[in-house]
Amino acid sequence: MIKFVFYFYAILGIFLGGCSQNASTQFSTNGNLNSSNTKFEGEVSDPGSIAFFKNNVGDRVLFSIDQSDIDQSGKDVLLAQVDWLQKNADYKIIIEGHADERGTREYNLALGARRANSAREFLVSRGIESTRIQTVSFGKERPVELCSNEKCYRENRRAVSVVSNLNF
Amino acid sequence: MLKTFAIIIFINLATFAQSAPLRITITEGVIEPLPYAAPEFIGETGASNELATKITELVKSDLLSTGLFREVPKSSYISGIDNFNSPVQYSDWKAINVQALLTGSVFVTGEKLSVKFRLFDVFSNNELGKGLQFNSSKQGWRRIAHKVADEVYSRITGERGYFDSRVVYVAETGKKGSRKKRLAIMDFDGARSKYLTDGSYIVLAPRFSPTGERVLYTSYETGTPQIYVIDVATAKRTVLKNRKGTMSFAPRFSPDGQSVVYSLEQGGNTDIYAMNLRNSSRARLTSAPSIETAPSFSPDGSKIVFESDRSGTQQLYVMSSLGGSAKRISSGDGRYGTPVWSPRGDRIAFTKQSRGRFHIGVMRIDGSKERLLTASFLDEGPTWSPNGRVIMFTRETQGEQGVSALYSVDISGRNLKKVKTRDGGSDPSWSPLGK
Repeated sequence: MIKFVFYFYAILGIFLGGCSQNASTQFSTNGNLNSSNTKFEGEVSDPGSIAFFKNNVGDRVLFSIDQSDIDQSGKDVLLAQVDWLQKNADYKIIIEGHADERGTREYNLALGARRANSAREFLVSRGIESTRIQTVSFGKERPVELCSNEKCYRENRRAVSVVSNLNF
Repeated sequence: MLKTFAIIIFINLATFAQSAPLRITITEGVIEPLPYAAPEFIGETGASNELATKITELVKSDLLSTGLFREVPKSSYISGIDNFNSPVQYSDWKAINVQALLTGSVFVTGEKLSVKFRLFDVFSNNELGKGLQFNSSKQGWRRIAHKVADEVYSRITGERGYFDSRVVYVAETGKKGSRKKRLAIMDFDGARSKYLTDGSYIVLAPRFSPTGERVLYTSYETGTPQIYVIDVATAKRTVLKNRKGTMSFAPRFSPDGQSVVYSLEQGGNTDIYAMNLRNSSRARLTSAPSIETAPSFSPDGSKIVFESDRSGTQQLYVMSSLGGSAKRISSGDGRYGTPVWSPRGDRIAFTKQSRGRFHIGVMRIDGSKERLLTASFLDEGPTWSPNGRVIMFTRETQGEQGVSALYSVDISGRNLKKVKTRDGGSDPSWSPLGK
């Protein structure tokens, strides 16, 4: 009896996963909100979905103060992104670079751009076509953690990869 | 939006031998505010009284805001002023230690406004400068009051005034991390504020044109930072086109208004470029793998100061406005950014980060005589008043509830205070003096 129930739910899960896969993606990254729209992300269980990318592949790389070089754990994340992008060839990627608040406005815009570009160059060096990748910097305008100490700052010094199958 | 003012000069006929001229020297030492009196301007008709009161109050408010003047109140007066043309009883003002006396009259007919004033050096028994008359429409009453205050200020300090000016800035609402930012413009004292953009996209660091009629700013309207020009009167905006895949930001006008200097990012590297506004031709002014940004012209247009991390940390450099070799001018311990050349040409204001604190500071254009004017968790982005004597900047408080506000401070480091704005505020830019 239990086995039957298990199989039933497994089959149901496959159907549900399949149904949500090709949700239309008519949105675009805009400079005001966090860029992904959860309505169109798909199910986490679907390995080809944006939600899967965010939760299982890892969408972000962190940086040291003032730095834009990728450390080993960052490389691991980016390698997983390379893998996913190769398996899901109809996705494009926008890499958003960010800085913490301990800096002036223009410099932080430029630093965020350096970070986004570092991540981009790593992906390109591992075979992802550069035409699939765009970069943008938000400087210090969009922190994810709001406290004013290093615990939050380290989360804000980041390059976040946002995938979509939008044409751009 | 800038109305023309007719100015009529008239001369008081009484002349006496002068004692030491009435003068505040505002760059030196500790200053005792100058005691002055400004009896309410006389309304020449019943219809003129309301504006007479408002104008007097605004003139006094401007003078008070400098920290250099102390009003001797009406309750101390021995005699008052009930007729603009009557001779002044100097002894009555000396007796209450009023050193400068301002009198005025206001005449409203229909939509037209006419304001006269005289300024007296009480202890010299003489007028200080010539009486003036300003004419405008009724709506121009604030600007006339600011012009009167500018005259008083400049005659007593020897400096040009700065009250008839505006500030463009970013008005901020909402929580940290998801702030709504809108361009806004207001009189320097916070009055007559209006929004220029609607907040649906991030806007940053607006800067006035040399005439104050247009504003350059950085906008995320297209999704990535690009430079726009907006006309202040109409709020009509246009983008300065750049190559796809690049980011442009930190723009400033040249002093002749003909070109824009800005930062362009491509492939992760940021350099400084100039664009001619008439023919859209571009010139690259720096070419280095480091970050070069935040350029600002000298008032004669011949040089540009900017920040670069080519030495490893953010420092200030000066180069010809045609580009080429750059000389480092910052030398203290810390990082330096957001340099802005004073309208007087003699100093550069900047943001300095040192030992976990942020400061607004000034230095001579060769980097010498560095002085820090403020210190806090986060001060940044100075802008100069039109007379180069006051600096406005952004101060942000820390933590999850942190907010940004506009502050101003004198070049002497005195008189630090918050600028009243409806919302939070950041990235101020101070206009030239009104015409």
